Amino acid sequence: MSALLKRRFVDQIKVLFGAEPTRPKEISPAAQQIHFYKKGNRDLIAEKLHARAHAEHSNKWRNRRWATLIFANLLFTLSFFLDIQILEGALTASRFVGFHLIDLNSALQVMLAHKHIINNLLIGTGTVLILWVLLGGRTFCSWVCPYHLLAEWAEKIHLYLAKKKLVTDQNMDRRLRTVFWIIFALLAVATGYTVFEAISPTGILSRALIYGPGLALLWVLALLFFEVFFSRRAWCRYACPIGLTYGVVGIVSPVRIIYKLDGCFHEGDCRKVCLVPHVLDTVIKGRAVEKEVPIGPDCTRCGLCVDVCPTGSLSFEVKGLSKLA
Amino acid sequence: MSEDESLRKKASDTTPPVSISKRQTNRRRVLRTVLLTGGVLGAALSGFLPLVYAQKKRLRPPGALDEKDFLGSCIKCGQCVQVCPVSAIKLADLIDGMGVGTPYIDPRAQACDFSCDAVQCILACPTGSLTYHKPDFLPVRPGAALAAKPILIAKENDPEPTLNMHERIGVARLTRPEACLAIQGKGFKGQTRGPDFKGQLRYMTVDRWKPVKVSSHPYDVAECDLCVRECPVKGAISIETVFAPDGSQRKSPVVHEPCVGCGVCEMVCPVEPTAITIEAGEVWKL
Repeated sequence: MSALLKRRFVDQIKVLFGAEPTRPKEISPAAQQIHFYKKGNRDLIAEKLHARAHAEHSNKWRNRRWATLIFANLLFTLSFFLDIQILEGALTASRFVGFHLIDLNSALQVMLAHKHIINNLLIGTGTVLILWVLLGGRTFCSWVCPYHLLAEWAEKIHLYLAKKKLVTDQNMDRRLRTVFWIIFALLAVATGYTVFEAISPTGILSRALIYGPGLALLWVLALLFFEVFFSRRAWCRYACPIGLTYGVVGIVSPVRIIYKLDGCFHEGDCRKVCLVPHVLDTVIKGRAVEKEVPIGPDCTRCGLCVDVCPTGSLSFEVKGLSKLA
Repeated sequence: MSEDESLRKKASDTTPPVSISKRQTNRRRVLRTVLLTGGVLGAALSGFLPLVYAQKKRLRPPGALDEKDFLGSCIKCGQCVQVCPVSAIKLADLIDGMGVGTPYIDPRAQACDFSCDAVQCILACPTGSLTYHKPDFLPVRPGAALAAKPILIAKENDPEPTLNMHERIGVARLTRPEACLAIQGKGFKGQTRGPDFKGQLRYMTVDRWKPVKVSSHPYDVAECDLCVRECPVKGAISIETVFAPDGSQRKSPVVHEPCVGCGVCEMVCPVEPTAITIEAGEVWKL
């Protein structure tokens, strides 16, 4: 990794905790050359228009992701409903053919509140930690979390209403998520209760899907309502401590989206569909520090940008595997 | 706004002082952020209210830690729900506040009859909320500990006849003696709890392994002793001759120390409302 990418890596960790991305102070000569070449290049503009006219918008990754998300949650439901015992429990904690799996944030809450860790809890948490280090941290959010899917649909409604000028997106300070994470951790330690678990829409939804609906769904509805009429994807963007926990895991994960400066027309379609557009600051004209820039840990690896990019400048990558091939 | 414009705007707002409209926007954003903070924290902290106002304690599954430790350690996954053969365990809803998603037993609707033979809910628990062995730093309340491991009548003749339980989850008490059929010297004939009752119970005479509906097992007893005859734990309850204040002799169910609080007596009690109830989290008092 070049010194510039290392600096960017650190910056992206700050962005994960809520800092706003900044203009890079230094850009590598190779990237500078491309930035320079793109300025006022008529061929490039013609090429851009051509690509625009022929772009085929695919939903490949979205469809795969939705299928995975629905399958994972359905497996929980069916395991109980049909008593096939493949994936027993809920998203907070479960057993996959007997192996303990425990959600990292729920485990953290329980450890902080109860202050006593039994072996099964440790084993389950360790297994899940390894799993999501391998698969990309916040990959959990977009590929497994049932609230994410509902919020994605709510976002579609929000965007439709916004287009009709009936609502406007009221954005907020992203540092709030870090503040929430700290508050809920402190509350767990101080009160001895897993306070966040009482309002976690992920836990509530997962249990509702498996054990049947309850009044707790009203809280989930309230969140969705807030997101449709007031603030786009507010819970996932500004509040959810689970996202931050998995984001931290994603710092060291090899699975990520990689950006290639060469073919990018800097039209920003990717930033429009992205849940966390601050991780895509590098696609803005003149910002990329290298020819290839990996996207930071707050990225949920949802692949919407990969689907929408007309030039294939954004793609999934497993760090190290390209070298092997 | 195209990317170019936004870029230019970003670049320009770093040098000159922030414009009035931008400052206003920023202030509104801070306000909104504070609003969301308040909303989410308010919702989270309102979870404490039911704990403060709780009228009646929940009966927790076997092996449960004391209520506060239980709420702090339960990860709300419902694995205990999934292993229970009689579906005695249910998950609490929003009205339980901080206890949302935690397991409880409503013994009148479906008691824990130990038809799993081995308190499987404890085995299923991933966090030790339900536990065979309480960690050393958690004290055992006086009277909560069982004098001996409870002997399950169903497997009394097995090499290992006991349940791996060290503390009771509650204690049965004859809360409405005036309604008790035994005390009145009455018998009982028919389906206890009526034909529509969905509760299940393991009847050793019907099937050693499979619990059946209570409604499928009608009774005909000259003197009601349903709570005693269906109690799954050896020596936990018996019909005794007691003396009433006026000196007259009566029969009455009497609860003994081995009672673990499973609730089968409450479930099968034929009078409405039940004459015998489980006091959740209660300890044995002499």
